[in-house]
This record gives sequence, structure tokens and C-alpha cells, in this order.
Amino acid sequence: MTVVNARARAGRDHARMSLELVCPAGTLPALRAAVDHGADAVYIGFRGATNARNFPGLNFGAAEAEAGIAYAHERGARVFVALNVYPSPANWPLATATIDCAARLGADALILADPGLLRYAADHHPTLRLHLSVQGSATNWRALELYRREFGIQRAVLPRVLSVAQVSRLIGRTAVEIEVFGFGSLCVMVEGRCALSSYATGHSPNSQGVCSPAHAVRWEETPDGRQSRLNGILIDRYAPGEAAGYPTLCKGRFRVNDAVFHALEEPTSLNALDVLPSLAACGVKAIKVEGRQRSPAYVGEVTRLLRRALDLCADSRRGATGDWTPPPDLLAALDALAEGRTHTLGALHRPWQ
Amino acid sequence: MSTRPMKLAVGPVLYLWDRRVALDFYAALCEAPVDIVYLGEVVCSKRRLLHKEDWATVAGALAAAGKEVVYSTLALIEAESELATMARIIDRAPALFEANDMAAVQHAAGRAFVAGPHLNIYNAATLHWMAAQGARRWAAPVELPLATLAELGAARPDGLEIEVFAYGRLPLAFSARCFTARAHNRPKDECGFICGDFPDGITLYSREDQPFLTLNGIQTQSAAVQAATDLEALRAAGVDILRLSPQSQGFAAVVAAYRAALDSNAAVATLPAAALPGGYCDGYLRGEAGISHAG
Repeated sequence: MTVVNARARAGRDHARMSLELVCPAGTLPALRAAVDHGADAVYIGFRGATNARNFPGLNFGAAEAEAGIAYAHERGARVFVALNVYPSPANWPLATATIDCAARLGADALILADPGLLRYAADHHPTLRLHLSVQGSATNWRALELYRREFGIQRAVLPRVLSVAQVSRLIGRTAVEIEVFGFGSLCVMVEGRCALSSYATGHSPNSQGVCSPAHAVRWEETPDGRQSRLNGILIDRYAPGEAAGYPTLCKGRFRVNDAVFHALEEPTSLNALDVLPSLAACGVKAIKVEGRQRSPAYVGEVTRLLRRALDLCADSRRGATGDWTPPPDLLAALDALAEGRTHTLGALHRPWQ
Repeated sequence: MSTRPMKLAVGPVLYLWDRRVALDFYAALCEAPVDIVYLGEVVCSKRRLLHKEDWATVAGALAAAGKEVVYSTLALIEAESELATMARIIDRAPALFEANDMAAVQHAAGRAFVAGPHLNIYNAATLHWMAAQGARRWAAPVELPLATLAELGAARPDGLEIEVFAYGRLPLAFSARCFTARAHNRPKDECGFICGDFPDGITLYSREDQPFLTLNGIQTQSAAVQAATDLEALRAAGVDILRLSPQSQGFAAVVAAYRAALDSNAAVATLPAAALPGGYCDGYLRGEAGISHAG
């Protein structure tokens, strides 16, 4: 394991362009893996229905969060706490208690979506950095400026709907730092504006912090092949030998008119490596990796590969030509870890839309 | 519990209808027993349901017929041109406008507006913050259970009206991608307004032919039509306004059914048989999967 110590990290910071690498951690071992492999910041969630990766066996208790924050800080990395559901009245006390806990433990920023919670955090913890979650669904500078004016947000994570040109124009109109997704599962819908999961299962990202939840999944072996259902709705059917993926409902095969196909999106991952220099040049502050539900091994490997990509990209931007092609071995290594073992630029590339 | 009778609102047309069909629809609404009509484009900034001057004529006719007219604005705003259109609609709106993105709330700068169903308001703190921004009416997110709505209704800011998406294919999601164009192997930038061929969207079926979703350009809707018919429960939750979302077939009969039920103070509205393949649903109101139907 390559342990990146604080001194090496500081020297590298000095030398490279300023794209930060923000990595996911669903557990303390994953947090350590991300920090050890070169994450500038790690984002975590607390247990319970307060964050958008509310999965069994995942997320932090207060003691683990404290240990994780200490581990990161000793090594020059920061920890962001995501609390990005829209709490119902019943969950409000838990949500505000979670904010207080994150502040007490010394989190470097809170990642919030709900205006009520942003108000609470701004009022009760005025020195704590606030980041607008991707679930906040801000896709234009006016929305960002509203959150800045009202709650003093310092950073926002953009929904995966904008092209690079649109990201660039948006950055020109707002003082809010911009973080964009660089790698991981691809939401095809605007985050924070998708109720497909609750329509099918009663549980949604906004309300419960889950999408296509595991408790609603059923696998069946049939003469026609393996089938996946979500709350009884057939999401996909696989021919013998065909690779079967998790039945995220927007990535199933459905019939539209007379054709059966991936009508919304194929099982594929987002990978923004091709456009890293453009993102850096237009002023994007940080690249975010999706995947708090992933294993420590996955998080460590993806962090290592993206660290290398960001450093190589920074080197190429300092070079005379500025030419950039992501190294094929790097792309292949990331594809091997990706959903569907393939990748897309998603909305960053206009023709995807 | 609300003491005034509930009002009926007609939501914005979410599809791309022929201009003539849309003009006829609004002409008929002048005579229809509804109280509020939402105008404008919420789904796709490329669509032109009506000409710019048509909207003013339609709004004038509806107002003259005694309807309250509200101008709705786009839900997913990405481009500068979309922000400019939104600002123009808000600046020229004679009365209320409906904000469906925080950009509209920002631009409102304290002016009175309707907080539309695409703003995420799930608790009292957010509802009060939105009222402080100028919201006078709140059209709740579709996935909010009626029990939560009742709780928020009881704690609502003074004078705030609550509106529920009572009838129509549920607007569930937005994307940068146009699924209607994709289903026809067309790039979004060369869509040829193919969505205009589908006046109620395109029904998406599971591979065992269960009607599941509806493709409507960049919007994904339910295939089933939400039918909030338990008027007693809606009244008890403090709901002030029922929104009926336009569909191309049998809409006048739906309006008439709700009107008759409200006028007779009925406990339950009885709707005509579903005209679309997905049938009816009402699960969200009971805090269950939206697709489920208890009737």
C-alpha cells in the first residue's frame, strides 16, 4: 500500500493545478483507503436516514467518524459529512442532531440539500463550511446564488446534467466553488428531482436516501433466463451467459413502441477523464468520485487511479502543448471497476443528451 | 381542517400538443368549472406549445371568464437562454407565477409566487423559508404522503395555500437527456419535435407488458394516472386546491367529476374509467409506492 504522507501531499499540492480529489467512504476502512491512496477529501455519512447512501451495514457512528476525521487530518486530508436527504418532520430532530454531531467532531464541511437544514446549520454553526449537495439540484448560477445569499454555501456539487460548456459558463457567473462528478455510477436523472424509485418501491433518494433499494429486489431463475424485479416490477431479463447487473430501475430494459432496449440508460459508469483539462481550465474546483456503498478495496483502487490521472493531467497542462489523452492502461483499469465495465462522459458530452 | 371549499386548478400542459388543439383546450377551460389555470412550459425549453402572443390572448380570455391565471416556469434550467426566458415570464406575469426551480425563487426577489411541485419542500423549516422568499401557495412534491402534508399544513405559515397533484400522469423525473428523441434514435439537438406525435407521452412497458412509466421528452412520468379521490382525507389534511393535470382524452369529464363531488361535499370523487393504459394509482398519498392503487 502506498501511504501518502502529509509532507508529500503538501509538496504535490504546491506543484499541481488545483483540482481536488474528493472520494467516498461508507466505512472507516474505506476512509483510510481513500486517504492512503491520495484523496484530498473524503465524504462520509452517518447511520440512519440522513444521507443519500442509507444502506444496511454502511455509514459511520460518532466514534468511527471521530476516528476517521482524526486519521484524515493527521495525513493532511479533509472530511466532509453528507446529510443530503430532505428530512420529513419525523426525521427532523435526527437530522439537526447529526449536524450538531458533525460540527462537534470537527468535520471540514457539511454537504446538505434541504434549505431548512442549510438554515439550521448556518444559524447554529456559522463557522462550518457548507456545501450544496448534488441532491440540492442546482443546475444554474441563479439557483447557486440563492443558496449562497441565503445560507452562505461555499461549494456546490453539480447534478450530472450539464455539458462542459455549460459548466464553464455557470462558473463565470457564481462565486460558489464547483465540484463535479468524475467517476462512478451515473445518475441519468437530475439528482434531487427523481421520484422513480419511490414510485416503484415507496423509497426514494430525497426521502429515505435510497434508490432501487435492495429490500425491494427479487431475482428469479426462469426458462427465459434470469430476471430481476423491483417491488414486483420486471426491470430486466438476462439471457444465459449474459452479465446481470443490479436492477437500478433507470438501467433496466423496457418496451417502448415495439422495441425492447435500455430506454433510459445502459448500465455504464461516468468517467470524465477525457475532459479533465477542460474542467480544470474552466475553474472547476474539485472532482468527486461516487460510491460510498463500495468496498475499501474498490475505493482505494479508484482513488489511486484518479490521483494518478489528476497528477498526469496537471503535468500535461504545465507542458508546452497542453495535449491530453488519458493513458489507455488507466482507462482500462477504471473500466474494469466500472458498472457494465464500460464508461461514458454522460451529459458532459452533448451528444449523450 | 380547511373551512373553505377546495378549489380546482388545471395544471400546465406537460406535452407538446398542436397549437390548434391547445387553443381549443384553453377556450373550453374558459367555460369549465375550474378556479385556477396554470399556463406556460414546464418541461422543455425548445417546445413552443403556443406563440408568444397566443399566451397573452389565452390568459386574457381565462381572466375575463373569472379564472385565476398563473404562469408556470421551467423545472430544469441549464442554459442562459432558459434563464432569460424564465426572467421574462416572471417580470411580465400580471399576478402569480409558479417557481419550479430555485432560479425562479432567486429572481422573484420577494415577489409573491407559487412554490411548484418541482421544488423540494419536505419539512416545516423549508416551507417557512420558502414563504419568507414570497411563496403564497405550495404545490407539494408528488411523493409526499398526505399524512406529512397534514402535519405541514397544521404548521403552515399564515395565509399559505396548499395544492395537491390530484389527477394526471405523475411528473417523476427530469434529465438532460430527451428520452422521446432517444426512443426514435434521434439526437436531442435534432429531435424534430417528435414528442408532438404523443399527446399523452409514450407509455413505457416492462418486458411482461406492465405499463410502468411514460416518456415525455426530458421528463419521465408514471404510466398510471394519479387519482386522488378521497376528498374527505384531502380536506382533513388542510388541502386548499386540487391540481388536475391535462390529458388529451376525457379531461372535461374528469373536471366535471371533481366539480360534482366538491359541490355535493362528497367524501369520495367518482372518476370515469381510466383512458390511458396504466390505469389509476394513488399510493403516494398513503405513503406507499406511488404506483399502488387502493381506490
